[in-house]
Amino acid sequence: MKYLDEFRDRALARPLVAELRKSVTKPLRVMEICGSHTMAIFRNGLRSILPEGYTLISGPGCPVCVTSASHMDAFISMAERPGVRVAIFGDLFRVPGTHGSLANASSRGAKVDIVYSPMDALDLAIRHPEDLIVFLGVGFETTTPGIAATILAAKNRNVKNFTVFSTQKVMPPPLIALLDDPGLKIDGLLCPGHVSSIIGAGAYQPLVDKYHLACVVAGFETTDLLNGLILLARQVGKGEARVENTYQRVVNWEGNLRAARMVDEIFEPADMEWRGLGVIPGSGLAIRPKYADFNAEVRLDITLPEASEAKGCRCGEILKGMSIPTECPLFNTRCTPGNPIGPCMVSSEGTCAAYHKYGMD
Amino acid sequence: MCLAIPMRVTKIEGNPDDFTVSQIATVDADGISKEIRLDVVDRWPDLGDYVIVHAGFAIHTLEAAEAEANIRLLRELAACMPEELLVK
Ligand code: SF4
Repeated sequence: MKYLDEFRDRALARPLVAELRKSVTKPLRVMEICGSHTMAIFRNGLRSILPEGYTLISGPGCPVCVTSASHMDAFISMAERPGVRVAIFGDLFRVPGTHGSLANASSRGAKVDIVYSPMDALDLAIRHPEDLIVFLGVGFETTTPGIAATILAAKNRNVKNFTVFSTQKVMPPPLIALLDDPGLKIDGLLCPGHVSSIIGAGAYQPLVDKYHLACVVAGFETTDLLNGLILLARQVGKGEARVENTYQRVVNWEGNLRAARMVDEIFEPADMEWRGLGVIPGSGLAIRPKYADFNAEVRLDITLPEASEAKGCRCGEILKGMSIPTECPLFNTRCTPGNPIGPCMVSSEGTCAAYHKYGMD
Repeated sequence: MCLAIPMRVTKIEGNPDDFTVSQIATVDADGISKEIRLDVVDRWPDLGDYVIVHAGFAIHTLEAAEAEANIRLLRELAACMPEELLVK
């Protein structure tokens, strides 16, 4: 397929692997922020060919994993209210809250629909005028513009029973929270591909300026990933720190301004709670008062419950890059994808799920 | 959720400036065709362009020139190796 096969070309990948070995002139620790990068790196077998001294740690970039336990509980209790039908992305279905998951609630009769797009949730609202539809917004910059456009479409079409519960999150603030923690020692960031398509490669410049961090934006195919890893090692080797973009075909410096305008029309910055990281100022997006009719938190008068994390689960530490799944005593014993204890094992992009799938122990 | 492959635009409805009518495209990849929204795509695509799609919305139209530059840089990076390794 066009724009795909050429970036999976083995003939091109082979010399890049050799170059990767040469590029490491001193030990380095790199955080891959995005859950899709975590999976792509495993899928391409790149972890096993990393040269000695090259350490990759996963960051807080799996949307389901960073959803706090109290948000999960609020989602579940909302799904159980009469007259409410929640619409979710499939990843969320089996994430455990304090007392069971949305899947459990659904088997007890709660109305839970898995949708592919927020627009499908709007269609549900039109098909079920008797229900109040709540779309659970769990995601980063890649999903927010579509949710904003859906709210605008609901307004234009005068749909009164469509709402969104926004836990939408934005990328740079949690990175700053992480980097301010002296316990985390990293030299560089492998910056997400598609989030960067929205926010632009320029969004990482403040991290370079403040933390002297090598930042490289990369795509998801074999040669994209190799390229990103090489450029990071080269920067760190030379003691440099700057933003490099190896995914020019999808990412530019400014980002997607059309999407930014759409998001800004509907959403405003808000403090947001993250699993493992706590409440980070300005790291989330709330629906503007002007669109309060579409805000589930207003319509249903939701207050976040006190929630506790699953006992023994280390997702919070893993999301901060402070621990790896194999250090969790529950990993592959009590906690498996079939019977997940924490969200990092549920989501297809979760670090624990990745370690399980690719047989790391 | 974040992994999206480039999909080719085969049909376009609506126009970039009017949000009151649906902005929809039909895209296909690997023989699978589906409808996606164009409300938030960075550049309004032409027929035959490739777009990156997330949760039913196109978020980016690929620029052929940039994809070629991408490949060229990769080849340069790999160029320290013997030429014959680079040909398919
Ligand atoms: S293996 Fe399971 S219990 Fe342990 S950190 Fe991962 S999700 Fe949590």
